[in-house]
Amino acid sequence: MMLPLLRHARYVLSENPVTGLAFGLFALFMVAALFGPLLAPYDPLQSNAAMALKPPSAAHWFGTDQLGRDIFSRVLVATRLDLTIAFASVILAFMLGALSGVAAGYFGGWTDQIVGRLADTIMAFPLFVLAMGIVAALGNEVINIVIATAIINFPLYARVARAEANVRREAGFVEAARLSGNGETRVLLGHILPNIMPIMMVQMSLTMGYAILNAAGLSFIGLGVRPPDAEWGIMVAEGANFIQSGEWWIALFPGAALMLAVFCFNLLGDGLRDIIDPRMRT
Amino acid sequence: MTAIPALAVEDLSVEFRTRSGVVKVLEHVGFSVDKGETVALVGESGSGKSVTAFAVMGILDAAGKVTSGRAMFGGSDLLALSERDLAEQRGRELSMIFQNPRTALNPIRRVGRQIADVLVRHGGATRNDAPQAAIAMLKKVRIPDPERRAEAYPFELSGGMCQRIMIAIALACRPALLIADEPTTGLDVTTQAVIMDLIGELAGESGMATIFITHDLALAAEYCDRIVVMHAGHIVEAAPGRALFDHARHPYSAKLLAATPGETVSLEALASIPGGLPDLRRPDLPPCRYSGRCERRTEACDQPLPQRIVGDHHVVACWNPL
Amino acid sequence: MLNLLLSRLATAIPSIVGVVVVTFMLTRLLPGDPAAYFAGLAASPQAIAEIRTKLGLDKSLPEQFVAYVGDLLQGNLGNSLSTGQPVVTEIATRLPASAELTLFALIVAVGIAIPLGVLAAVKQGTWVDHLCRIVTTAGVSLPVFFTGLLLAYVFYYLLQWAPAPTGRLDIFLSPPPDITGFYLIDSLLSGNLETFWSALRQLALPAISMAIFSLAPLARMTRGSMLAVLGSDFIRTARASGLSPRTVVFTYAFRNAVLPVITTLGMVFSFLLGANVLVETVFAWPGIGLYAVNALITSDYAPVQGFVLTMAVLYVTLNLTIDFVYGLVDPRVRLES
Repeated sequence: MMLPLLRHARYVLSENPVTGLAFGLFALFMVAALFGPLLAPYDPLQSNAAMALKPPSAAHWFGTDQLGRDIFSRVLVATRLDLTIAFASVILAFMLGALSGVAAGYFGGWTDQIVGRLADTIMAFPLFVLAMGIVAALGNEVINIVIATAIINFPLYARVARAEANVRREAGFVEAARLSGNGETRVLLGHILPNIMPIMMVQMSLTMGYAILNAAGLSFIGLGVRPPDAEWGIMVAEGANFIQSGEWWIALFPGAALMLAVFCFNLLGDGLRDIIDPRMRT
Repeated sequence: MTAIPALAVEDLSVEFRTRSGVVKVLEHVGFSVDKGETVALVGESGSGKSVTAFAVMGILDAAGKVTSGRAMFGGSDLLALSERDLAEQRGRELSMIFQNPRTALNPIRRVGRQIADVLVRHGGATRNDAPQAAIAMLKKVRIPDPERRAEAYPFELSGGMCQRIMIAIALACRPALLIADEPTTGLDVTTQAVIMDLIGELAGESGMATIFITHDLALAAEYCDRIVVMHAGHIVEAAPGRALFDHARHPYSAKLLAATPGETVSLEALASIPGGLPDLRRPDLPPCRYSGRCERRTEACDQPLPQRIVGDHHVVACWNPL
Repeated sequence: MLNLLLSRLATAIPSIVGVVVVTFMLTRLLPGDPAAYFAGLAASPQAIAEIRTKLGLDKSLPEQFVAYVGDLLQGNLGNSLSTGQPVVTEIATRLPASAELTLFALIVAVGIAIPLGVLAAVKQGTWVDHLCRIVTTAGVSLPVFFTGLLLAYVFYYLLQWAPAPTGRLDIFLSPPPDITGFYLIDSLLSGNLETFWSALRQLALPAISMAIFSLAPLARMTRGSMLAVLGSDFIRTARASGLSPRTVVFTYAFRNAVLPVITTLGMVFSFLLGANVLVETVFAWPGIGLYAVNALITSDYAPVQGFVLTMAVLYVTLNLTIDFVYGLVDPRVRLES
């Protein structure tokens, strides 16, 4: 099972070197997220009025911001927060969505009705606007960004999981598990859920980029992350005030990091999809 | 009989480039159709019947490539024409109808318009009188209430009706050659006969040559003057319909005949042909592509295929014919 | 046709009900005391108690819900704390600015994405196709607020082609007479070309930022759908009938391929309405997005709630319209309903 998959993966990678690039970028971001604070040349929160608004130089690769903080260190350190928010929200969305979706597809009936209606209601909102409303209602905390992002991603997971579980409900291996005396919950969690994992993984990597964008967008308009914490969205927001006077570096570097991260996860999602499910290729 | 052929295909070879290698779909295919004559191309699926037709029409997929051959039609070689010139010929001089008529028509365009499009394109009518001409065509293929049906969309019509529309499109400009690719597949038996009769009648009226592609030998024998049997991209036998039914010379034709339920053959006697088609990607294909499945195979079969004339208009490509 | 409209309307009703329930729940989810939240940060205990009675927060949840729905039916979304004005009025005066921006962005996006997608499909595997792939992947990866800032920096600060990224009109010009609320249209209607030109220049950068973001799903869908249609049986028939390549690609293939693209517009609008908030913030565009962001900063909750509700109702209406248009365009849906 694993070996042909690996061979196929190698084939996809050789067909599409861009996916390889995405894996490289991913590794880079992981390093930054894990060791960012150790690698940062300066304290990301340390202000220095004498060094305010300096363009990129040998000492400050990405320049300094209005408080004289080193932007390179701040961009590096922010990786962890941004990726943690995105990962956490994607995992939460997966847990909510996969469980309720699988249950809906497997049991049908009123379970299906409720999950379907819930997903439809969420989809009736422009998603970013709903996320704004949720964070505003729950309170201006980072955890609420995670929750809001998870909620707006929930329908995608629920729908995919529902469709997949529905198809597999009558499959041979499910029947076999049922006949060998497994209860419904056990069949669901022990047999159907693991079976749809590959497709859910693809879904997760495809929504990861969107989750990063969404979280950064929320903090850009002042929700969730609060200064002086380093986070890409809020750093771009701070830099926005200086664009009109020509201090481009304050917004550019965190914005570029953000863009690169989203780009990386989108490519990764496409690549993973080609590896796991070539049928879905467009 | 020294009639001038309407279409003469000579030495036609076609390859498909796929991810897993080059597939030699057709090799040295040659046959001809005379004016007013109906010729059947018969074989199991994958034998290259449709590819032959697509190659002649110049509508092969991008992956398909004609590597040799000529298709002489009205004094010019269709395979050598530019796409532009060929498009001028298609629909006017040579037409094609397809299987699955319901998907072969544009789902969101009124059928009258679809007929009118062809007429206008080939100068059969002007924009103004095209709707009337389209209705006249609908009448010709015996669609009841043609004025109203012209305004219908394909999904509102039955499969048989759609096939009549296809015939109307194909014959709108009175072509000299019609290729009918399994025109009755997917239709019920009574409709099949009606459609076949209609094609035969309209072809007879205008002296049109017809190529009829089918896997159904009985149908071929009933409606066609001559039958060309294809197997794995080769023509294995060509003969007048009666001659083939009376005495098929190629082992494959014989098996195919035995697999065809007819008036004289009972269902118990149905023999299935052993083995499958050979893998056409193999570089070391034997000269006779049937030899792997053949019970009459000898050492002689490793030589290049012969073209043996075994009767009046009866040719077989076999070293050990029946 | 009336049947089609009614059947589509019927499907929108549960969505509207859902939206109303969710927005109601959002106000009750407020951590701590909603009354304190609505009253603002500096409110006295007395003022909070007053607000509580006024909002009916001392009643049971079902009663509160009934009151909420009643208010909505009367068009009452509460008052803004910072201005004291009814939220409905404020949103109504700002809506045209957002609508003009969003629709203009959509037109730009469609104008680029559809030809690009068609070309990529017709010339599959060529440079156009690769360009399409790059544009679509990059397009969805660009944070819209970042694109906006980059465009403003390049075209305003560096090149000075674009006006300052603040508002809908040059500050020395007065807005055109209010006819549709769309400056582009109103200035043309009143024959004021100078105002039109200024409005167009102000609109260009924010609209392009949003268009870049929403291009991707449209181009991707157009390409995929076009490829599927080009490989279908009826295109083979059209080619076999000798129809000219133009007729085959445009009249036969494109008209069929555009149908699924219309359905994608729903998702595109979800993108656009969200992006709208961020872009209005970047370009100080006086629409409802900026209004909501400003309200968020001052913890003025009623405008935020009104904004979320307005956007959702707008979105449901847009989806309804898309569905209806689809039904009109596709005879299979039109004739069967």
